[in-house]
Amino acid sequence: MSAAAAAEGAAPVATVAGLSLRYGKTIALDDVTLDIPAGRMVGLIGPDGVGKSSLLSLLAGARVIQDGDVRVLNGDMGMTAHRNRVCPRIAYMPQGLGKNLYPTLSVEENLDFFGALFGHDKAERERRITDLLAATGMSPFRKRPAAKLSGGMKQKLGLCCALIHDPDFLILDEPTTGVDPLSRRQFWDLIDRIREDRPGMSVITATAYMEEAARFDWLVAMNAGEVLATGTTAELLARTGESNLDAAFIALLPDEDRGDGAAVVIPPRRNGDDEIAIEAEHLTQRFGDFVAVDNVSFRIPKGEIFGFLGSNGCGKTTTMKMLTGLLEPTEGRAKLFGHEVDARDMRTRRRVGFMSQAFSLYAELTVLQNLALHAKLFEMEPEQIPGRIEEMISRFDLGDVRDALPEALPLGIRQRLSLAVAMIHGPEILILDEPTSGVDPVARNGFWRILAELSRKDGVTIFVSTHFMNEAEWCDRISLMHAGKVLVSDTAEAITKSRGCETLEDAFIVYLEEAIGEPRPEPAAEAAASVPERPHQAVAAPHDGGGGFSLRRLLSYSRLESLQLQRDPIRLTMALIGSLLLMVIIGLGINMDVEDLTFAVLDRDQSTTSRDYIQDIAGSRYFIEKPPLASYDDIDARMRAGEINLAIEIPPGFAADIARGRDVEVGAWFDGANPSRANTVQGYVQGIHASWIMRKARETYGDAALAGSFELVTRFRYNPDVKSVVAMVPAVIPMLLLMIPAILTTLSVAREKELGSIINFYVTPVTRLEFLLGKQLPYIVLAMLNFFLMTGMAVFFFHVPLTGSFFGLTLAALIYVTATTALGFLVSVFITSQVAALFATAMLTMIPAVSYSGLIDPVTSLSGFGRVIGEIYPTTWFVTAARGSFSKAFGIAELIEPMLAMGIAVPVILGACTIFLKKQAR
Amino acid sequence: MNLKTVWNLGIKELRGLWRDPIMLVLIVYAFSLSIWTSSNAAPEALTNAAIGIVDEDQSHLSSRITAAFYAPYFVEPQMMTTTQMDARMDAGLDTFALNIPNDFERDVLAGKSPAIQLNVDATRMSQAFTGSGYIQQIVSAEVSEYVAGYRAETALPVGLALRARYNPSLDPKWFGAISSVIQSITMLSLVLTGAALIREKEHGTVEHLLVMPVTAAEIMLSKIWSMGAVVLIGATFALSVVVQGVMEVPVAGSVPLFLLGALLMVFAMTALGIFMATIAGTMPQFALLMMLVLLPLQVLSGAMTPRDSMPQIIQDIMLAAPNTHFIILSQSILFRGAGFDVVWPQFLALLVIGSGLFWLALRRFRKFLR
Repeated sequence: MSAAAAAEGAAPVATVAGLSLRYGKTIALDDVTLDIPAGRMVGLIGPDGVGKSSLLSLLAGARVIQDGDVRVLNGDMGMTAHRNRVCPRIAYMPQGLGKNLYPTLSVEENLDFFGALFGHDKAERERRITDLLAATGMSPFRKRPAAKLSGGMKQKLGLCCALIHDPDFLILDEPTTGVDPLSRRQFWDLIDRIREDRPGMSVITATAYMEEAARFDWLVAMNAGEVLATGTTAELLARTGESNLDAAFIALLPDEDRGDGAAVVIPPRRNGDDEIAIEAEHLTQRFGDFVAVDNVSFRIPKGEIFGFLGSNGCGKTTTMKMLTGLLEPTEGRAKLFGHEVDARDMRTRRRVGFMSQAFSLYAELTVLQNLALHAKLFEMEPEQIPGRIEEMISRFDLGDVRDALPEALPLGIRQRLSLAVAMIHGPEILILDEPTSGVDPVARNGFWRILAELSRKDGVTIFVSTHFMNEAEWCDRISLMHAGKVLVSDTAEAITKSRGCETLEDAFIVYLEEAIGEPRPEPAAEAAASVPERPHQAVAAPHDGGGGFSLRRLLSYSRLESLQLQRDPIRLTMALIGSLLLMVIIGLGINMDVEDLTFAVLDRDQSTTSRDYIQDIAGSRYFIEKPPLASYDDIDARMRAGEINLAIEIPPGFAADIARGRDVEVGAWFDGANPSRANTVQGYVQGIHASWIMRKARETYGDAALAGSFELVTRFRYNPDVKSVVAMVPAVIPMLLLMIPAILTTLSVAREKELGSIINFYVTPVTRLEFLLGKQLPYIVLAMLNFFLMTGMAVFFFHVPLTGSFFGLTLAALIYVTATTALGFLVSVFITSQVAALFATAMLTMIPAVSYSGLIDPVTSLSGFGRVIGEIYPTTWFVTAARGSFSKAFGIAELIEPMLAMGIAVPVILGACTIFLKKQAR
Repeated sequence: MNLKTVWNLGIKELRGLWRDPIMLVLIVYAFSLSIWTSSNAAPEALTNAAIGIVDEDQSHLSSRITAAFYAPYFVEPQMMTTTQMDARMDAGLDTFALNIPNDFERDVLAGKSPAIQLNVDATRMSQAFTGSGYIQQIVSAEVSEYVAGYRAETALPVGLALRARYNPSLDPKWFGAISSVIQSITMLSLVLTGAALIREKEHGTVEHLLVMPVTAAEIMLSKIWSMGAVVLIGATFALSVVVQGVMEVPVAGSVPLFLLGALLMVFAMTALGIFMATIAGTMPQFALLMMLVLLPLQVLSGAMTPRDSMPQIIQDIMLAAPNTHFIILSQSILFRGAGFDVVWPQFLALLVIGSGLFWLALRRFRKFLR
């Protein structure tokens, strides 16, 4: 190991004192005190959920310290100034395959983004990317999207991203979980080489693989938020008197957590039972060009435990899906008990129990309900069900949790429940897809004891895939799989011997290397020697640190955002044509012009005068006459069917009564179902009636009829034809420029929070303002594009003339969308889930926009709270600007006031975002 | 097809819904509070209209006219000059501006029929029309009352008996309440099934179902019946308790007939929800997709503004949407008391569209499960 590592007694790279962390009621870390030596490879071991990840994220400064002290690189991580100073020297790779990567971005784009965040210029980034990719053997995959990389490659890319800025302290959280042994070995070789190049670098790694941990310099064993022991592997083994770390760890556990401690012993299989349970003949599965499973054949006799090993994405799960009938093979056949698997054949399904990789029970049903549902779905006899459920509960030791919800249970118990569910109908074959990943060693041992019993006592055939070599050794036979092909099928012992190796893992690696056809794991192993030289270290200051304002970091977030948007079809549609679509819908759909009303007449006079009266209505542009009515019943029927909106009844003797000056009344019935429309109809009828009377009066009495009258001249300004399109369209633009940009910006932050890539904002030197403005920029550009499209549509499609200054309106729109995109951020700051963010933004933006912004009622007619909101909400001002520019011939001068009012909102909203946005997780 | 499986899976859906507090709140809200608020939010014909008056006459009559504008129809009139008037209207502060000219009172009394000018900001459609009608009536009433003693009877004795059917007092709450019940049915039947499927997809439980002896059609039907039942129960509650009971809105026709229509509607919309869920990969994508689909469906189907005032092509296209038929049938039944003899074409259309959507969704769902 490196010289620095040998320097015992050097100042620790990190010290932790009295550190505690709680998530609600759960205690993740309980008063941890620890010194982490510098220049060493430190391993953090322990099962899932014991606080390893919490400790690492605190060391990285990604999480707020609740209680206790964390000092990293000679400074207090509780101090913002220190964090800003050292974050360029720390690299953090969070747990989960590719958690901090952007799946739609290519390898190169991901690296470029991180490089830019640490302030390297274009040429420098290019050089480093080329170096790193060559060193990791990833050069051929430069253009491949991160989502399409295998698990091992994702982790290598994550490491490259972490190493791009030459960190002094590398924090890796379970970097090899879910990665095949060869990729794992390659990964650690890579780390070793990098450490040789940079002897001063300290590394801390969490891992669930004990065999991996054995090669680290120094170990920290953790359980239940506490440190159990620290020391080198040899020290830990010596202390517990065990021969391997797995056993040593179990020995370190407190008694109550140790289980029954017995090692797993699988009794030998009874011979003579040679009925074939599972048979695969030349199974092949293609997805387009990609061959997921390539000509796989095997036969598994009844009662055997058959193990399936291979990296993520090598075709294990696909093979299992074909065996269960979930996927139809492209070629070849799968047989269970001699019958070909047929997805439509429900009988085969009843003989098979399947446990899929992801935990897939109903989280909303209790343990008991889950068991009962599956029993019923498998159509067990109703009277047998309760007994069978009790049997399962006692066999799988679920008695204490029968009414609990699965989510509240520890992973180990959940896996037992999954197995119980898969076994409820007494299947003869069990297909288990990585049943133990993430489960601690004690629970795993327990799980395998049950499997052994099922196989040996009940004669159940078990087909299981795993990453763990010790589990593979427990299987009767195993198959090694790589890139869709089975490399070898035999007993673990025979496989190990066949390549003359000491352990199964070594043998596996030899097989993989043979399959890949390369003697050395790294194609660029020799080239890796160039990594250490790092000539740029002398040239460029490697740590273009935190603090200050960097346009480069800002723009790198802009670029990231636009690339991601380009590759998400639904969001892109929403951003580009969502507003146009909605504008057409609202422009055409919300039409307040009441025209083409249907009416019919019950004319019981049939005189010239009555026809004259009817002619006035029929002649108006609002009404269309339908065939005359025959009776009152006819009125009822036709109005009920919605055929006519208005019925007029002219009484008998109408003309004669008028001539004699007798009172007479015209009857009019109209459909009042839709009151706003009915109001208009009422107004029309009254108007037509009044003007008819006026005309008749003049014919009868001459000008004397005018005495005492006046004339009300109504001027409909700005929209002389009183068309709703002219009124609606300019008002719709502000609404859509508010809602859609705000939703998109909210989602852009909420997505990062939900998917975990927000961690990059926490641990890189990017400042809050750079992060926000960088993300905002592409959305402002999009919103402006939308503005131009919508304005064009208003003028050319809806024929609403733009009478004012186009330039002025554009300027006002620019200020407005800057404010609305910022408003979206403000919502996202407080909300973590995307769906909640989406609906919250839609509600919070639309309610004030529709009710308080002068869209329908002018702000001056509001009072109280609504008035206050209306006066300051940017939409109010942009509605004024848009209506003014379209209909009222506003020039720049008239637009200054609204622009100023909106201009004030921008710094206020962005300021609030900056204050409330957290640079660390809580 | 095994009905017992469909039943058992449906019960599972209901249990799942029971444990989803957000969805439960949404359902309760959609069928109670939302109906109450949206029907009360529907504006009266004219409220708080902003009016300014330029009184150049300064007479007894002009001050009577000024005093006649009061709440709740109008805010207190702003007295101003002609120049102020233009500026205020440009800034959108006043919707109406009434200009009473010099010697208006004298000319009215002299029978010279003077002109009084009403300026209307016609970009405020909702108020422009009705408001100018009101103003005309108010001014006329004040003038005729003022000049009453001076005038000879010169009017024709023809009255107009105007009667609004189905909603005699034109109370906007009636329309608002029932429209919002219809809207809630549409929205929830789409959201509940779609979100349920996405949730299963995200939890990996769909795949799990498929290794059991159940078919795609059984899974779909179980979601449709369970979520449909929830929506129908909600709708019944909303109609009988909230609308008829609390808000005292009369329902003209047969509620069971309406619920039968709603059943067909729910069938069609849940199938659409499943279809959309197979397209969207994640819940946020589903939510975005929903906005792009639900909004046009709601706006263009005639729920907000009558279909006849839309362009013919939109009316024709919207005949393919289940909403259109559901809105026609529910307005006919609930407002106008129509019976099955009137609305059977809509029932038929809904059945056809629903079956089509179900078939499409089933095909897509099967492929999606592979």
